[in-house]
Amino acid sequence: MNTHALPAPLAEIVDDFQALTEPERLQLLLEFSQGLPELPDRLKDHPELLEQVVECQSPLFLTIETEKNDAGSPDSVRLYFKAPKEAPTTRGFAGVLHEGLDGLTATEILAVPDDMPELLGLTRAITPLRMRGMTAMLGRIKRKVAASAAPKA
Amino acid sequence: MSYPVEENDKFAAYAHPERLVSTEWLAAAIDGGALADGKLVVVESDEDVLLYETGHIPGAVKIDWHTDLNDEVTRDYVDGKAFAALAAAKGISRDSTVVIYGDKSNWWAAYALWVFTLFGHEDVRLLDGGRDKWIAEDRALTTDVTVPAPAEYPEVERNDAPIRAFKEDVLAHFGKPLIDVRSTEEYTGQRTHMPAYPEEGALRGGHIPTAASIPWARAAAEDGTYRNRAELEALYLGEAGLTEGDDVVAYCRIGERSSHTWFALKYLLGFDTVRNYDGSWTEWGNAVRVPIAKGTERGTVPA
Repeated sequence: MNTHALPAPLAEIVDDFQALTEPERLQLLLEFSQGLPELPDRLKDHPELLEQVVECQSPLFLTIETEKNDAGSPDSVRLYFKAPKEAPTTRGFAGVLHEGLDGLTATEILAVPDDMPELLGLTRAITPLRMRGMTAMLGRIKRKVAASAAPKA
Repeated sequence: MSYPVEENDKFAAYAHPERLVSTEWLAAAIDGGALADGKLVVVESDEDVLLYETGHIPGAVKIDWHTDLNDEVTRDYVDGKAFAALAAAKGISRDSTVVIYGDKSNWWAAYALWVFTLFGHEDVRLLDGGRDKWIAEDRALTTDVTVPAPAEYPEVERNDAPIRAFKEDVLAHFGKPLIDVRSTEEYTGQRTHMPAYPEEGALRGGHIPTAASIPWARAAAEDGTYRNRAELEALYLGEAGLTEGDDVVAYCRIGERSSHTWFALKYLLGFDTVRNYDGSWTEWGNAVRVPIAKGTERGTVPA
């Protein structure tokens, strides 16, 4: 698999990670954890609107919303994450997915390969156990996108 | 013991008070310049591999339980050569006093301490309350990378037998006490992994027959410190039914949570023979022809 299969913003992130040494990759992941945006107020006060990804070692909650675009172009998918600051690895993964996928269309997100997290080159430094959380996060996003994109019966 | 031992009433009641230090003691030692010559080395060991980088105790070095202490290939701990290289790189000599702290009530810190003990490192202590207590007390944190002066550490052969149990040891242990430190749901077999943790692929849910259920966190107070001696006795002598001199095996899922309990039994209550079964449920739950018990009852010694 190569980065050509990925949406442009995500491909750029993967290229950035791949250009670095292992310790630098961890540093970059830390920067993503710091860049993860806060929840908007309307979600902050409504934890019931977010779903927990139980495969993550630390509590991680996420939800998606679709945003109407101008007539003719498909809706954008907006992503929202919540993770405690004591869990920088989990936050970092959420930050990567936010920067790489937020605002894309459902079709673009659903085309992201499930094993995309492996491309970041973090598996050895983070351990396979911790990588599983990121894969689960991506899987959950795709399931939610697929469910909301499905034609309503 | 190469560095003075802390004396206070809570620690004095424990069997081995020299194995714990308080946040006050550590802060004073650091202020007094104790870290300058490698006589005292502070190690952070967390579950989250990036947490140290977000801010750590000034002068502390990081040791990751997974990438530093486990061998990738053999499903075992590193050997004497790798441990010597790791310790030396972190500025730890054989006679250094090592104080370990970490997140989640020191659960991973206790695991690192247990691995140091496999190599017979003499003076290794836990910071009572760990990272969370240090932060709650608004003590100094830094993101400055600690660059320790490399030390010399001898290649010591790991001595597993006194504190580590393998599956065969546990099978031979039946009739003597076992402590299961996982959650109640894992013990009864309702689930095979921790609440909110990844499914780690045990094929069966339940516990080792005859094991008493004492979830590890019950040994910790709200602030992450160990409970006092009387409270620990109520838990392990009262509820679990241990008696003085017992030969005990503790286990959990992969041996991390049970390191926290191992520490309490060995150093705080003074049981001489306590072993941590690090294969734990990920091995036992999957092993062929190995008996388990389901439900809340401890079960009986298999025939």
